[in-house]
Amino acid sequence: MLGYIIQRLIQSGFVMLAMSALVFVGVYAIGNPIDVLISPDATQDIREATIRHYGLDQPLWQQYLAFLGRLLQGDLGRSFVLNIPVLQLVLSRLPATLELALASVLIGAFVGIPLGIYAGYRPESPVSKTIMAVSVLGFSVPTFWVGLILILTFAVNLDWLPAGDRGETVEIFGVGWSFLTWDGLRFLALPALNLCLFKLAMLIRLSRAGTREIMLSDTVKFARAAGLSDFTILRRHVLRLISIPLVTVFGLEFGSTLAFAVVTETIFSWPGVGKLIIDSITSLDRPVMVGYLILVAFLFVTINLVVDLTYALLDPRLRRGRRV
Amino acid sequence: MSKALLQVRDLRTHFETRAGTIKAVDGISFTLERGEILGLVGESGSGKSVTGFSLIGLLDAPGRIAGGSVLFDRQELVGLSQSEMRKLRGKRIAMIFQDPAATLNPVLTIGQQMAMAVQAHGGGGDGAALALAARSLSRVGIPDAAARLNAYPHEFSGGMRQRVAIAIALLHEPELIIADEPTTALDVSIQAQILAEMKMLAQGSGTALIWISHDLAIVSSLADRVIVLYLGRIVEYGPVRDVLRAPLHPYTRGLLDSLPALAAPGQKLMQIPGSTPSPLNVPPGCPFAPRCSHATELCRSEPPGVGDERHGAFCHHPLNASGGPNA
Repeated sequence: MLGYIIQRLIQSGFVMLAMSALVFVGVYAIGNPIDVLISPDATQDIREATIRHYGLDQPLWQQYLAFLGRLLQGDLGRSFVLNIPVLQLVLSRLPATLELALASVLIGAFVGIPLGIYAGYRPESPVSKTIMAVSVLGFSVPTFWVGLILILTFAVNLDWLPAGDRGETVEIFGVGWSFLTWDGLRFLALPALNLCLFKLAMLIRLSRAGTREIMLSDTVKFARAAGLSDFTILRRHVLRLISIPLVTVFGLEFGSTLAFAVVTETIFSWPGVGKLIIDSITSLDRPVMVGYLILVAFLFVTINLVVDLTYALLDPRLRRGRRV
Repeated sequence: MSKALLQVRDLRTHFETRAGTIKAVDGISFTLERGEILGLVGESGSGKSVTGFSLIGLLDAPGRIAGGSVLFDRQELVGLSQSEMRKLRGKRIAMIFQDPAATLNPVLTIGQQMAMAVQAHGGGGDGAALALAARSLSRVGIPDAAARLNAYPHEFSGGMRQRVAIAIALLHEPELIIADEPTTALDVSIQAQILAEMKMLAQGSGTALIWISHDLAIVSSLADRVIVLYLGRIVEYGPVRDVLRAPLHPYTRGLLDSLPALAAPGQKLMQIPGSTPSPLNVPPGCPFAPRCSHATELCRSEPPGVGDERHGAFCHHPLNASGGPNA
């Protein structure tokens, strides 16, 4: 088990290295940041001094190595536009996105998985057919449209829930969280609901497919022959057996929601990282773009690592250093 | 008759498919006494497994019992509700399957799975359930049973896994165990061990056993009586010695001739000509007639009746005791 973890950590290191090179070269290719940094009518001297100051006169590989050196010390550079450290900037926005993403994947899981298991257990019942029809909607209706309809219905017409910003927050570890106050929860409700629909639909379909397959297996037949009730079979046998694909999708969805909740954050003016990256792209704020992408890559690698370790928890056959 | 443990009368199990109705079990009758071992023999598609699943009420859709009666300890099982049936399953009627690698849940420990089976019928707290599980494991010859409860199925060998499955079936000391080819997936040496132990366990606890197999040789070493199935119907039944020594039905004769264990060394193995017809299109008379060398016009038009109570064959022209005229 320990060997497995070490192996995975080394792999993660390589992924991060590859990702940093890709991001650096990719953003380098966008254009010259000097045009953004200084006014067009600055003198040649100032121009050259600025280029030297940022090391832009050096070859690409030297710039990359310097960037990598700073990265390893936790220095992601300073925002060109706001002139504050990128790390601080991203971390100040991350909690908002983190709780939004977590809320949406958790709703998706706790609602979607039971519904999907039921739909797989009784595929012919009208309730299951309704569940499946609704899940098709979850897949196919665009997020921005659902967001607007939610605002129109619950915020404008019914006036039950607020439609923008975060509301009251509580400070923990120096950052604000809104899920700990009633007011914050009210602000969280609509964007989380909006974001969760796709995940809900996906988890419903995945758990339904898994359940249908497992229900026909000899494991379930044998459990039935031992006199187990269907509820026990679903809860103890089926849920465990379908959990590996569910955990995979849960992890991937959590990661991509963290990184790309842009549309929902924009519609609900949620002050998260999605809005930050859009702003930094429009202003060509290179350090913020690079730093953000590196952090996103790091988040993905971490989530994947956690997912892999969860596999080992869920399936004893993976624990003995054997690979799938 | 009245004290028979199981009394099956004219059992019919049908599968409604798009192509038509498949009569997987087409009018089977037999009785089983307490503690008796009955072999149910037939090729793939003969309806032997479906018979087993019909008895325990675990037919997959679209299968359903279309007619007949199953009296278990004088209780009618056909038409019993799922929850009533569930109370019997595992408690009084247990079932063992062919492939223990597929029946045991790979992600739960043996102890968890056995505790679930105990608690499905009351069984009290986890401690009591695990103690019962450990006792059952040692009964089937698993050493260091209490410690092995924490092991997962993949940590056992194939034979040991099947022993675990048997231990689960034995947990509540059922009156009837239906064993669906439980040794087919095992090595021959392990097979022999398990057969011997099953026989001992059944005799020791007075459990009746229905042993479903395609292998007459296995059944002959284990069973008291045997029933040979073909296309969902009984073709021959009787005490295992009589059926093996003097088969009455040409199909049984064919099965015996194709057994390597019973053939003389160097002699070519016989095989039954032709193949099993589609269950959608069962011949009108004797189902075996198209493949039978003795078949006459009568066989092709009229379903055969049966002769003797003890050992009989559904055949218009049963073979005489002196041997098979197949040559």
